[in-house]
Amino acid sequence: MFTATIFLPLLGAIIAGFFGNRLGNRFAQLVSVLPMLASAVFSCVILFWVGFQGQSQTIHLFTWIDVGTLEISWALRFDTLTAVMVFVVTVVSAMVHVYSIGYMAQDPHIPRFMAYLSLFTFFMLALVTADNFVQMFFGWEGVGLCSYLLIGFWFQRPSANAAAIKAFIVNRIGDFGFMLGIFGVFYAFGSLDFDTVFDAVPGVAGQSFNFLGMNVDIVTTLCLLLFIGAMGKSAQIGLHTWLPDAMEGPTPVSALIHAATMVTAGVFMVVRLSPMYEFAPIALTVIVFVGASTAFFAATIGLTQWDIKRVIAYSTCSQLGYMFFAVGVGAYPAAIFHLMTHAFFKALLFLGSGSVIHGMHDEQDMRRMGGLFPKMKVTAALMWIGSLSLAGVPLFAGFYSKDIILESAFAAHTGMGLYAYWLGIAVALMTAFYSWRLLFLTFHGKTRADDQTFDEVHESPPVIIAPLLVLALGAIFSGWLAVEYFVGDQMKEFWGGSILMLNNVIEEAHHVPDWVVWLPTGMAAIGIAAAWVMYMAMPGLPKQLATAIRPVYRFVFRKWYFDELYDMIFVRPSFYLGHGLWKSGDGDVIDGVGPDGIAAATRNIAGRVGRMQSGYLYHYAFAMLIGIVGFATWFLFGFFQ
Amino acid sequence: MNLTADLMIASPELFVAIAAMFLLIFGVFQGNQSTRLVSWLGVGVMFIAAILVLAGPVGRVVAFNDLFVVDGFANFAKILLLLGAALTLILAVPFNAREGIPQFEYPVLILFAVLGMMMMVSANDLISLYLGIELQSLSLYVLAAIRRDAVRSTEAGLKYFVLGALSSGILLYGMTLVYGFAGSTGFDDLAAVFAESAGDGAPIGVIVGLVFIIAGLAFKVSAVPFHMWTPDVYEGAPTPITAFFAVAPKIAAMALFVRVMLEPFGDLFDQWQQVIWFISLASMILGSFAAINQTNIKRLMAYSSISNMGFVLVGLAAGNETGVQGVLLYLTIYLFMNVGTFACILAMRRQGRMVEDIDQLAGLSRTNPKMALALAIFMFSMAGIPPLAGFFGKLYVFLAAIEAELYTLAVIGLLTSVVGAFYYLRIVKLMYFDDPLDAFDQPVGREISTIVFGTSVVTALFAIIILVFPLLDSAANAAATLFAV
Repeated sequence: MFTATIFLPLLGAIIAGFFGNRLGNRFAQLVSVLPMLASAVFSCVILFWVGFQGQSQTIHLFTWIDVGTLEISWALRFDTLTAVMVFVVTVVSAMVHVYSIGYMAQDPHIPRFMAYLSLFTFFMLALVTADNFVQMFFGWEGVGLCSYLLIGFWFQRPSANAAAIKAFIVNRIGDFGFMLGIFGVFYAFGSLDFDTVFDAVPGVAGQSFNFLGMNVDIVTTLCLLLFIGAMGKSAQIGLHTWLPDAMEGPTPVSALIHAATMVTAGVFMVVRLSPMYEFAPIALTVIVFVGASTAFFAATIGLTQWDIKRVIAYSTCSQLGYMFFAVGVGAYPAAIFHLMTHAFFKALLFLGSGSVIHGMHDEQDMRRMGGLFPKMKVTAALMWIGSLSLAGVPLFAGFYSKDIILESAFAAHTGMGLYAYWLGIAVALMTAFYSWRLLFLTFHGKTRADDQTFDEVHESPPVIIAPLLVLALGAIFSGWLAVEYFVGDQMKEFWGGSILMLNNVIEEAHHVPDWVVWLPTGMAAIGIAAAWVMYMAMPGLPKQLATAIRPVYRFVFRKWYFDELYDMIFVRPSFYLGHGLWKSGDGDVIDGVGPDGIAAATRNIAGRVGRMQSGYLYHYAFAMLIGIVGFATWFLFGFFQ
Repeated sequence: MNLTADLMIASPELFVAIAAMFLLIFGVFQGNQSTRLVSWLGVGVMFIAAILVLAGPVGRVVAFNDLFVVDGFANFAKILLLLGAALTLILAVPFNAREGIPQFEYPVLILFAVLGMMMMVSANDLISLYLGIELQSLSLYVLAAIRRDAVRSTEAGLKYFVLGALSSGILLYGMTLVYGFAGSTGFDDLAAVFAESAGDGAPIGVIVGLVFIIAGLAFKVSAVPFHMWTPDVYEGAPTPITAFFAVAPKIAAMALFVRVMLEPFGDLFDQWQQVIWFISLASMILGSFAAINQTNIKRLMAYSSISNMGFVLVGLAAGNETGVQGVLLYLTIYLFMNVGTFACILAMRRQGRMVEDIDQLAGLSRTNPKMALALAIFMFSMAGIPPLAGFFGKLYVFLAAIEAELYTLAVIGLLTSVVGAFYYLRIVKLMYFDDPLDAFDQPVGREISTIVFGTSVVTALFAIIILVFPLLDSAANAAATLFAV
């Protein structure tokens, strides 16, 4: 059953992908959705067995590479961490599969879409069940590929293609760091198996190696390199630019890949490698800094965006920052806890916004929405649930996970921990604000849509609503159901050996002052109230405010000018360099001297040789005699030497 | 050795001679309406001659006071040239009937030429060598000009005759020099003389004589710079004659070339290797480059045969057993590819007239897919694309060159075969990717279609054929007999 859980999506992908066109849309949907649902059911059983009955196990499939000291196998590693991830991935994926039946009903390429989705799920499962670095990298690259394919799914749109390429390239930068990290691990430990490496880490900790004349700490270097990979995949500040653009993909893709699963792979990777990171405190400090900064920076941008999906995208970016600084202060279970609850409520928000977009006939700009509540009550209610959970309102799932993260940051008692805590508090305020800004602009107040569009707004069909209900259950209950096991008293038994924690920051997080505990909740309330004031009570206020602090507003609205900066520093110079190399380097030099030059020379020679064939007998005879004289001379001179 | 034994050794040649004269008399009495019958009888004669060759002595034997030799090498070459001559004669039957070449002398002349060639490959003396060459050449001069009423045909014949006479003179002059300085014309005696004086090098006279002999023989295989007659004669002669020229005389002359170089002058290897090396290189380069601008497919085949002879000479330049094996294999493959290609050229008729422009092949894949496929096979094979036959020919000669450490020759040879690939593949491109012209006349005739089919199957499935038939071994055995002396 463990193996089947992983490979059922692959089976669905293969059948839907290769035979879907011949067997029809309905068949392709069935053949990808049914294995996915089975896989989701299996994953619940696996989570029960592994997490609650302690049946961790590793299933060896076959040896993949065996060269010298490098031996890499295909193995499925099922410990609690993996089981949680498999559970999250398969459940969200199954819901997205079902949702896609309704959402993509009018699309001409349904089999291709379903095949990509299933293929993505397989790669994601391969990533989380990996038993060694190479297999993890296989899944890592596989999800990147599927992400690329799905962002560019509507290949007729130039913007979608550009976004797909951007996602791919930015991820390559992170992957380069990841690869260097893997090479370094093999160099330092002589193995790529997790267990072997983890056992060896304490012995290597503190040692350094010489790089360009500098002595660098081995474990810290490796951890930082690997973290660059995580930054790329999880869209942390600097390598985040691809994520908002990735919203060009169909909404189910945004929900599955760019909210719930793939983007959290970076978090998962760091947690999986906790036995390494625990011995690299400097790397952890860097992670806290990057995570907290990302959370803050992305939240500010989220305040100003008008595209409904982009708001949620920046929110995702920001929440990933939360997870990273949780990891950085050593609260790995808290990060995974938030990863799970976030998967539910963020997928819910994305699919809900998809439902809105569906109902509005592909309108995504919130300036042309408003007052939709009477027309789509179920969707609006579900979006409310998702937002309540995201903002961390008590009893909803996000409340538990976000609180434990912030408390851990505070309890770490380090300068960087406090930096993260205070930024996190600010983020909690902004999160609540932009969430309700979204809700108010979309569902409440007077509509800004034109009459015809507004008249045609309709509630989505059951096949779209049903998955949302399942996710809503997760967004409401996953918090208090799981809190005891993930970060509470049962924590040690639940996680078993899958996570290594040298300090007990989570233990201390339960004993922080009361104001630390309640401050985030208070901030959420203030944020909601502020949004109500600005978008319901006094709708003119936001504009005045934006005018009053125009430079700041522009700076934030233009996303801190990251895209412009990258365009100037990287894209344009490499474009000019490429253009120059193409025109003068390849075109003039290589083609000119190489293929074209040789071809021209060949024609030239052919022409000359042709002219020698004059047709006159005496020319021919002359050539023969000259030949003989030449040979005889050559012979004689060679002879006398 | 008594006369009867000598006659038995030369029985294939004697049979061809007597049969040819009998057919000549038969033709004189029957007139031109017997041409078809005489042609088929000629094919039969060659068939029986081939059986006699196979039934002949196995080891090396000499006859007629060492003037004549029969060994495995000679037998292999004779079978090849008989096969080539017979196939091209079959191709000529429908052509002659259609194009109005009524002369019954045609098959008779071919038989005499074949007789000359058989004597060439069995020559064991400079005099018998000359005799064979002249008998062959005189027949070929007449054949090239057999269309007396066509200007191009007579021009081709005349050019061939004048230049051929010049080359014969050069050859004879070289022989006298060799005789004057070595004191013998027999191959065995010459070999013994040079073996004795191997240490202090051969006299200058012998060296100059050797250059002249090489020049005379290079003319026969149309190697650069003695190739100039080839394109003009190929283009001017009637197409079946061109096909014949391209195959049988080349095989005979190349076999003779190899024997002369390796048997009597084998101990002067260091001296002549440089010349052969140069001739081979020049032929490959010129053959490849000059063909690029050609528009007439017969001229193209002329340059193609020049460059092919260059490849064969690589095997000779290597001067080892692998090289000679490569030469024989290459000639075998060359035979099938060329006969097949010329059969296709013979099928290029539109409204009763032959067309020879390469452009006329445009879109052949749609008007006559079978012929286009066959021609594509031949062209790919000539370009040396595995697993077709042409690849193996090149493979073995270049293996020999590598074995003999002739790296420059091998590398440049391979590069020229890339240039050559251009014009072979251009024909494929014309047939498969260009807009079709009017279809060629159908049907092309049973003889032609059978030969096209047979040769294309051999060319395409050569990799299997060398697994099933001991062709490699027999070529190796034949090559070994030259070195066993």
